[in-house]
Amino acid sequence: MNKAEKSLYEIREMDDLAAGDSPVHRLWPLSKFFVTIAYIITVMSFHKYDLNGLFVYVLYPVVMFQLSGVPVRTFFRKMRIVLPLVIAVGVFNPVFDRDILLYVGKVGVSGGVVSMVTLILKGVFALMASFILVATTPIDDLCAALRMIRVPAVIVSLLLLTYRYIGVLTEEVAIMTNAYHLRAPGQKGIHISAWGSFLGQLLLRSMDRANELYASMQLRGFQGNFYYREGKKARFADILFLVLMIAVFVFLRFFPLAAWIGKLVVR
Amino acid sequence: MIRFENVSVQYDKSEPVLKDLSFHIQKGEKVGLIGANGAGKTTLMNALLGLLPHEGTIEVEGIEVEKQNLPEIRKRLGFVFQNSDNQMFMPTVYEDMSFAPLNYGHSKEQVDRMIDDVLEQLELSELKYRHNHRISGGEKRMAAIATILVMRPHVILMDEPTASLDPYNRRKVIDVMRSFDRTMLVTSHDLDMIVDTCQRVILLSRGRIVADGKTDVILHDKALLEANRMELPFRWSGNRE
Repeated sequence: MNKAEKSLYEIREMDDLAAGDSPVHRLWPLSKFFVTIAYIITVMSFHKYDLNGLFVYVLYPVVMFQLSGVPVRTFFRKMRIVLPLVIAVGVFNPVFDRDILLYVGKVGVSGGVVSMVTLILKGVFALMASFILVATTPIDDLCAALRMIRVPAVIVSLLLLTYRYIGVLTEEVAIMTNAYHLRAPGQKGIHISAWGSFLGQLLLRSMDRANELYASMQLRGFQGNFYYREGKKARFADILFLVLMIAVFVFLRFFPLAAWIGKLVVR
Repeated sequence: MIRFENVSVQYDKSEPVLKDLSFHIQKGEKVGLIGANGAGKTTLMNALLGLLPHEGTIEVEGIEVEKQNLPEIRKRLGFVFQNSDNQMFMPTVYEDMSFAPLNYGHSKEQVDRMIDDVLEQLELSELKYRHNHRISGGEKRMAAIATILVMRPHVILMDEPTASLDPYNRRKVIDVMRSFDRTMLVTSHDLDMIVDTCQRVILLSRGRIVADGKTDVILHDKALLEANRMELPFRWSGNRE
């Protein structure tokens, strides 16, 4: 399996995950969407030194991963390229901010280290929440939800088609890479001298396939608007989930739960 | 039903791919469009579907194939692509099948009923919620036919419907094609399939019609077929044990 085929497999793996069945999968897509947005906003709103307050927010993704049955390792595997970037964002903070903020035993921890950890956690939590949303909601349901909140049709169609065409493009890359390696055994990657023609061919082939797909859509009545399958109707549980989760996020934002538990333990 | 009158198709300023074609297809007729590679079969289909500009007149049920009529024309024509991967772009068979009826304004309940009817007719009910990328080539071809039948088209167009299928799935597709009770136009190099499914054959060569008539007459004419880079159907070639 070459890299492109692996990527294709990963895209399809997301479709398979989203097609699963669990209490989280069954939730109304719009509830999940708003809860995810609320979660990301509250997580991002924490001060750079407020590690205590931020830490309890790990509960949301942990509980959602458990309830949905989506393996956490799948998240880390799929985020292996993004995570280093998230970590890199705060990596220089300890260099610039050296004032000691707290002591762990007798070891002083600088503000830079705390803010670096806070930034990393914010990034990881936001990614986890987004991943849970995408891994438990089929792309069509997500697009239908976006249309329900009046996101312009052209933007939603663009999102959906981009998602679909990534697969088409990756498939073409996989076929071409296999064809290349079968005639260039032992070569690692694609030789720089072939890049130009490889990319040119890829563009032409992708355009051909995209044209065929578009023709298939046109021949079946497509005139610029997707008719998403009738979205799931909101149940009482979905509204309750939405209200409850937003209330919990707001409560945790202003009530230092971790510090409060810490004080209880110390007493 | 379908009328071609002096139709020519030309890409840019090159030699015309179709040259002055004229023929009629009556309602209920099943017609095989045959010819060597590059004869113009797919171009003819694309012109009929309004995917290519043409000169001359093409009509479907009295409606001329022109830009403003394309939605009406395409409602009447169901086209099964040669490559099912290029036809089916939704995640599951069910979603792909519901794409056209939803575009044509049917309600969710109607669409569900239509899909169930077609899947039952083709004995494909077990594919309903399967992911398109998880089904075999043969199943995908059958599902592609189902996505077209659910539109209830008046004419079914098929481009190489048995290409790259194993014998079992080929036979299955042929049986389904034989069961169609509507007008059908099929392009193929699989002449045995044409014998099994079509009463009439149009033979194209270099963009022109060189023969148009009964299937068993044209496909028995060895000299004509060989002159146009084709061979007798396997069953009539004398090679059969």
